Amino acid sequence: MSTAFGGILSFIASFAIMASIYAIFSMGLNVHWGYTGLLNYGIAGFFALGAYASALVTSRLPTGELAHYVKQAFGLGLPFLVGIAAGAVAAGIIAAIVGLLTLRLSEGYLAISTIGIAESIRIFFNNESWLANGPQGLIGIKQPLRGIVQPASYPFIYLVIVLIFLLIIYVAVERGIRSPWGRVLRAIREDEIMASADGKNVFFFKLQSLVFGAMIMGVGGALYAHYSAAIQPGVFEPLFGTFIIWTMLTLGGTGNNKGAIIGAFIVWALWSWSTFLIMKIVPAGFETRAPYIRYVLIGVLLVLILLKKPKGIVGEERTVSRY
Amino acid sequence: MIELTVYGIVLGSIIALGSVGLTLIWGITDLFNCAHGDQITFGAYIALLFSTMFSRIGALGSPVGPFSFGWGVLIAFVPSIVISAIVAIAIDRWVYRPMRKSGAHFIAAFIASIGVAWALRGVIYIIWGADFHFYAEGLRPALQLPLGIRMRVDEFFIVGLAWASVAAVYIFLNVTKMGKALRALADNPGLARIAGINTERMIAWAWGIAGALIAIAGVLYGIETQLRPEMGWIFLLPLFAAIILGGKGSITGALAGGLVLGVAQQVSTLWLTPTYKPAVAFMIMILVLVFRPRGIFGRRQAT
Repeated sequence: MSTAFGGILSFIASFAIMASIYAIFSMGLNVHWGYTGLLNYGIAGFFALGAYASALVTSRLPTGELAHYVKQAFGLGLPFLVGIAAGAVAAGIIAAIVGLLTLRLSEGYLAISTIGIAESIRIFFNNESWLANGPQGLIGIKQPLRGIVQPASYPFIYLVIVLIFLLIIYVAVERGIRSPWGRVLRAIREDEIMASADGKNVFFFKLQSLVFGAMIMGVGGALYAHYSAAIQPGVFEPLFGTFIIWTMLTLGGTGNNKGAIIGAFIVWALWSWSTFLIMKIVPAGFETRAPYIRYVLIGVLLVLILLKKPKGIVGEERTVSRY
Repeated sequence: MIELTVYGIVLGSIIALGSVGLTLIWGITDLFNCAHGDQITFGAYIALLFSTMFSRIGALGSPVGPFSFGWGVLIAFVPSIVISAIVAIAIDRWVYRPMRKSGAHFIAAFIASIGVAWALRGVIYIIWGADFHFYAEGLRPALQLPLGIRMRVDEFFIVGLAWASVAAVYIFLNVTKMGKALRALADNPGLARIAGINTERMIAWAWGIAGALIAIAGVLYGIETQLRPEMGWIFLLPLFAAIILGGKGSITGALAGGLVLGVAQQVSTLWLTPTYKPAVAFMIMILVLVFRPRGIFGRRQAT
């Protein structure tokens, strides 16, 4: 394989890995917002929990010289898959606590509360250096099957791993939403009072939805940690961790998992490729500010979809199950 | 402790002023405006633009009396207020109003306000960059007060102007005809329309007023700390906490909520590192939501 061609291929693989991880977040948000009507503005918090939990569970405590520079509360050295599960569980537990406190509130309050939770989680990891090395974060996070190929070919291996998770989650969410359980969630979204008049425990169903979606986000966070091999609190800022995902789901089609995936790929392409274009056209001396054009792009895109095409590209299926 | 309380009142006054506009819009249009913080940042930077321009004109650059900032900054309040109000009305006109008209659920506007926030912050980053900015270089004179309190001279100006602005809005809403119309609209939009109030025009006015308050809050916040593109977003959490504590649409509630939040955040630094301040605001908000979801000064919901 010629090097130029290999370079393009691995660039595409890296792009597809991140887009797929975002597609997982986007499906998690679809469970919350698309199917149940829960406004989660704190995806970044569950993203961070999944990433940190998996990194801590799979890494070993630093020894020797490194122990002076890297502090972490524990490092169990467990396998990759245990790390992913730990990421899901950590995000799920925090989601359950958050849900118990806030799910009785109306939508707007829940949204603002989740912004607060995500920010608090980020601040916590940033300040508590004993836990996960504070602002410097963790490095050298274990990458599964790393040894079996040349480093340059590794993205292809990881892409396969991410795609397997994407598929499993897609099937799980699709089956969930087409089950009686999923129909109750949609009923709650459409009319809470009606659902509770039908004898459904609205609060408990919302709690299940919140935890389920958050666990998906935890898996996404864990996959991100093992891909980038290094995480610091700065990654989990609201734009990169939460609102870009809102743009993805809204663009693709709220209430549709295919839409969630399509939206993730389109927005991530815009985000990562626009950098190259912008860098080519901006005048010299403007390079440090040019990346912020993407902020405007993401923001304006979100507003335009909501104004012009609120159903997104795909839109929701009217009937999700034959009964 | 006393010193921190005093600092808390200074911070709380800015929070109160910032949250009055937020609660006004919440009361009248049901919207939690997530772009409010970034509009505050924008107002502060517009004032920076004009104050650097004015300061080149000889005497306007030198400090006013005992304060650290010059006449240029004081005059810059005017264009900042005007531009911020116009921007607020324009955002409503092009984003939120079409959503109201198409009968889109108010949540669509809520999500859209996030998009507005990012777009606005992107513009700020592009024009002014990520660096910190100050309205005035050099010393920030301080006064030694009794009880071992050191207060910057600027802070008297900040508290004074913040309270005066909140008082002006309160009087406006309670005395003038337009203020009464706005309150009627917040109480019951349908009835207000039947009573012959032009609701769209009133909402535009509300955005204009909110925009003006946003600008004042932004400049005061900039004088108190420094200007950076993320300043407003970080400020948003205490603002939301203040209006939820104060109750929907309540000016006095926002004032009280702001002061509580300011004092709580400053006093918390006795035990916690200052970077936890937003988390403190958030904890207070959760406590209020769990135990008194209508806020401490909130009105009973009309039935």
